[in-house]
Amino acid sequence: MSIEFRHVRKTYPDGTTAVEDFSITIPSHSTTVFVGSSGCGKTTLLRMINRMVDPSAGQILIDDEDVSGIEPVALRRRIGYVMQNSGLLPHRSVIDNVATVPVLTGTPKAKARQDALGLLDRVGLDRSLANRYPGQLSGGQQQRVGVARGLAADPNILLMDEPFGAVDPIVREELQQELLRLQREIGKTTVFVTHDIDEAFLLGSQVVILERGGRIAQTGSPQEILANPASDFVAEFIGAKRGKRRLTAEERGSGDDVLLVDAGGYPAGLISAPEGRITLAGTGPLSRSISNKTDQAGDA
Amino acid sequence: MAWVLSHLGDLWTLTLAHVGLSVPAIVLGFVVSVPLGYAASRSRIARAVLFTVGNILYTIPGLALLVLVPVALGIPILNPINVVIALAIYAIAIMVRSAADAFASVDADVRQSATAQGFSAVQRFWRVELPLAGPVLLAGIRVVSVSTIALATIGALVGIPSLGSFFTDAYQRAFPTEAVVGIVLVLVLAAVFDVLLTAVGRLLMPWNRRSSALGARVSAVAVPAHAGGR
Repeated sequence: MSIEFRHVRKTYPDGTTAVEDFSITIPSHSTTVFVGSSGCGKTTLLRMINRMVDPSAGQILIDDEDVSGIEPVALRRRIGYVMQNSGLLPHRSVIDNVATVPVLTGTPKAKARQDALGLLDRVGLDRSLANRYPGQLSGGQQQRVGVARGLAADPNILLMDEPFGAVDPIVREELQQELLRLQREIGKTTVFVTHDIDEAFLLGSQVVILERGGRIAQTGSPQEILANPASDFVAEFIGAKRGKRRLTAEERGSGDDVLLVDAGGYPAGLISAPEGRITLAGTGPLSRSISNKTDQAGDA
Repeated sequence: MAWVLSHLGDLWTLTLAHVGLSVPAIVLGFVVSVPLGYAASRSRIARAVLFTVGNILYTIPGLALLVLVPVALGIPILNPINVVIALAIYAIAIMVRSAADAFASVDADVRQSATAQGFSAVQRFWRVELPLAGPVLLAGIRVVSVSTIALATIGALVGIPSLGSFFTDAYQRAFPTEAVVGIVLVLVLAAVFDVLLTAVGRLLMPWNRRSSALGARVSAVAVPAHAGGR
C-alpha cells in the first residue's frame, strides 16, 4: 500500500494556495511523517489521501490507483484516521466508537463489539472502559480509543493528524512508544502529521520537512536529515546548530564514557569512547545511539 | 371548589381538547423546524432568510393568524386544524432558530472525524449531528411546548374548544372562578409536558446526563435566545 503524490496543487476559491507542487512517494508498511510549522499545508496533504480535500491539480495514487476515481465514503472506510482531540463521538460508548467503521460497513453489531474489545487490548486500554462515554476518559485514554477506532477496519493505511498534540508531555511520550510498538506489530503504511520535530524523528522512517505552500525542504531518514541538513531552513528547523541537538564531547566520565553537552552547556548524555575515541555506530540510527538523558528529562 | 367538582367532566374534556390542539402543533413545529434549522446552520443565506421570515411570522397577532390560515388553506374557520396550523407556525418561528443553534453546537472536530471515518452525509446527519444537536433541540422544544400550550387558548376566541374556553366563558358569564381554573390547568399542563419532555430527553440522551458541563452550556445558550424572541 504505497501512496504517491504527483504534482499535487491545492488552491482555495479565495485564491490562497495551500500546496504549490507536491510530489512524493510514501513507501508501504512504514511511517512517513510530514513535519512543518502551521500553514505549511501538512494537514491539507494528509486529507487529500482520503479525499477530505480534493487537489486542484495533480494526482494521488494508492497502489497506482488514482484516488479521484474512488468514491470518497468507500475510500475513507478503508483508511484509518486518527486526529487531534480524538474526534470521538461523545454520544457513543467507547466500544461503539471503536466499532464505528465495521458497523458502517455492515459487520453485525455484536461481532463488531467483540472485535473492538480485542482492539482495546491492543492499544493498551482496560476492557472495563468499554462502556464508558468518551467524556469520562482522560485525554490520553481518548487518543488510545482514537487509535483503536482507526485500526478497527484493519485498514492498510493509517492517517494520523497530530494525534498526540493535545496531551501532556508524559502521556505523549507513552503514546509515542505505544505507536512504535504497534507499528512494529502491525506495520501499517502510516502517514503522520506533526509540528514537533522530535516526534517526527522518533516515529518516522521517512521524514518530510515542509515549508510554506507544501514545499519540501528535505526528505529522508532522521539520520540523513540530522547528518546532512539540506538547507539553513532545515538546519534551523531541526535545531542542528543550536540547543540540545548540537552536542559537544566535553570531558571524561567514568570508564570509557565521555560526557556530551548541548549548545547551552547542559549535560545531554554520555557516549562510550574507548581510549578517548568515539566509534561510529555504523548503520544504526546515530541520533538515537546516545543515551540521551536530557531528552527524556526535557519531555517530562 | 364546588364549581370544579361539579364540572370535572368539562375540565377533563377541555384539557383533552387542549392537548389535542397542542401536541400536533408541537410535533409539526419540531418536524418542520429540524430540517429548516439544519439548512440555516449550513448556509448563511438560508439562515438570514429563515430567521427573517420567522421573526415576521412571530409578529402576526394570534387572532389575525386564526382568520388568515383558513382563508389561505381553504378550510373552515371552525376546523381545529386551523388552530393546529396557526400554533405550528408560531412553534416553527421559535424552533427554527433553536434548531439552527442546536446544529451549530455540534463540535466541528466530531463532524470532521465522522466524515473521515466514512459516514455518508445522510448517515452523519442521523447518527451524529441529530443526536448531538439533541440537548439544544430539547431546550428549544421545551420553550415551544410551554408557549404552544399557553397560546392554544386563543382557539376559544374563534369557537374551537380548549382550556381557553374557560376564559371566554368566564368573561361572558362574569364568573372569574372559571378563568382561574383555566389558568391553573394551563400551568399544570405546561408543567406536565415539560417534565415529560425532560424525561424523554434523559432517556434518549444518556450520554448527556453524565457530562454536566455540556448541559450547563445548553441551557445558557438556548434559553436567552428565545426569551427575547417575541
